[in-house]
This record gives sequence, C-alpha cells and structure tokens, in this order.
Amino acid sequence: MEFLAKGIALAGCALGAGIALIAGVGPGIGEGQAVASALEAIGRQPECKGDVTSTMILGCALAETTGIYGFVTGLLLIFVAPGMFTGLLG
Amino acid sequence: MDVDISGARVLFTLPIDLPILGELAVSETIVVSWLVLLILTGLCLWLTHDLKVEKISKRQAVAEMLVELANNFVVGNMGEKFRYFVPFVAALFATGVCSNLISLFGLRSPTADLDTELAWAVIVFILITRQKIKTSGLGGYLLDFTKPIPILAPFNVLSEIATPIGMSFRHFGNILSGVVINTLLYGALALASSKLLGLIPGVVGAVLSQIPILDVGIPAILSFYFDWLSGLLQPLIFSMLTVMFIANAAEE
Repeated sequence: MEFLAKGIALAGCALGAGIALIAGVGPGIGEGQAVASALEAIGRQPECKGDVTSTMILGCALAETTGIYGFVTGLLLIFVAPGMFTGLLG
Repeated sequence: MDVDISGARVLFTLPIDLPILGELAVSETIVVSWLVLLILTGLCLWLTHDLKVEKISKRQAVAEMLVELANNFVVGNMGEKFRYFVPFVAALFATGVCSNLISLFGLRSPTADLDTELAWAVIVFILITRQKIKTSGLGGYLLDFTKPIPILAPFNVLSEIATPIGMSFRHFGNILSGVVINTLLYGALALASSKLLGLIPGVVGAVLSQIPILDVGIPAILSFYFDWLSGLLQPLIFSMLTVMFIANAAEE
C-alpha cells in the first residue's frame, strides 16, 4: 500500500514536471513574433538596426519570464518534491 | 554513465549556534562569491590607482569610460536627482556579470543558486518600498493598495510581492538552465564518444573510448549563448528593472 502511494507521488511529480514545461510554448510564440516584427522594422529602416536589435533582445529576455517560471517549477518537481513526498509517506 | 545535477555543495559548516538557522553552512556559492568580490575589488583598485588629470593612461581611459557608461545608464533612465544610485546599480551589474562569467573557469557560478539573486532582489525591493514611502508618505503608500477599488487590495499586495520573486527567478532560471543543459550535453557527448570509439576493436578502442573526444569544441557553441549572452544580458535586465522600478516609485 505504502509502495503504491509512493509510486503515485513520484509519478505525479514526473508528470507535473512535464506539464509545467508547456509554459515554454508562450514565450516561444511571443519571442518569435518579437523577432519577426524587429526584422520587419529593420527591413523598412536598415539604419535603426542597432537600436531595434538591442531593444528586441531586452524584450525577448523579459518575455522569457513565464517560461522560466515553468522551468523552475519543473526543477522543483523533479529535485525537491519527490524527497518531500516520500519523506512524508515514511 | 552518471550525470550529476545537484545544488551548491556545502564545503564546511561553522560551529556557530544561530537561533533559528542552527549551524552556519558555508556552501560553494558563498566561497565563489568571496572570490567574485575579491576579483572586483582588485579590478577597482587596479583601475583607479595613480589617476592623472593630463596625459591619461589607457587604463584610466577604460575606467573613465566605465564610469561614464554607468552614469549615462542611471541618469538617462532615472533623471539627475537619482545620481546617488549610480554606485549601487553599477555594483549590482558588475557583481552579476562577474558571478555569471566565473563559470567559464569551471567554478559553479553563485548566480546558479537562488539565494544570491533573492538577496539582491530583496535589497531592491526595500529600496523601491523606501522610495514609495518617501514620495507619498506611509499613509499614502498603504492607501495605494486600495486603488482603484478596495476589493483589489489582496491582488495589489500579491503584485507587490511578485516583483522581487520575478526579478530573482528570471536571472536564476536563465543561469541554472545553462548549467543543467551544459551538464546534460557533456554527459551525452561523453557517452556518445565512448560508444563510438568503443567500436574500434582491440586495445586501441578500449583506450580511446575512455577519452570523451566529442566533449571538445561542441559545447562551446551552447556555452556562447548560455554563458556569454545570458550572462551579460541578465545582469543588464536586472539593473534595468531596478532603475525602472525605483524611478516609477518616485513618480506617483
């Protein structure tokens, strides 16, 4: 019985980590759109290339935040949560 | 083939009995942080000794350029009255860059540990709150939570707490993801090279398969992104956000 409970807890952690990484989809789409718009802008006005590029990199790094939250959650679920749950179950 | 991804190792514990924390554990993070501080102090001393007004050396030109950059960054984003923030923001940025790039020497960067960033973010949070109380008074600061309608107060408190958490997690996640992906890549390439070279029959194959030949060169491409690009970009974003938040807090 205890074995089963531990198994379910570990499986939950692993599945949760996988699901948490779906958070990477959002920043991927967002950054892709940001880069596409920046390329359009550079194509229209090649003289602003430096300004557009630096602003775009800053914006991309900010848009990455939600993906990073997902990544940290996944890490916690893989490295921290199993120890906690198996400790609770004895 | 074992791939070991762990947090910062505890090097030794100081036998001091603290009230809640117990014994003081000195981890890799703290020791490497000391090293970073030593490097930065040494760099500052070396850059600023023997300054002249005329006929400046190249070293002094570099020092002046760095100070000018920091001044422009802070004054350009916050305005002239916040000139006293220049040393703080510059120190934050320099510590961040140095901590991230120290991983190039094979040390574990202190920024791959949430404690470091959380400490910075808490300091920044205190500065933001101080600035808010300074501009609108304690009553005004507390009243700000009930805007636009009082029922939103819990969410305003939440969004206030989310500021330091977001700032620290952004930096931490970027650096740690680099550490994790680099470790996985090194492990995978070592395994691949040992299997590939193990195909050579006889003693030669047995000897060659012990050497992870594929580990040479290929990880450098990823290291360019994770160590150099995010190592330089994340401190910039951290100090940019610091500057923006404090300037916003002064506006209300």
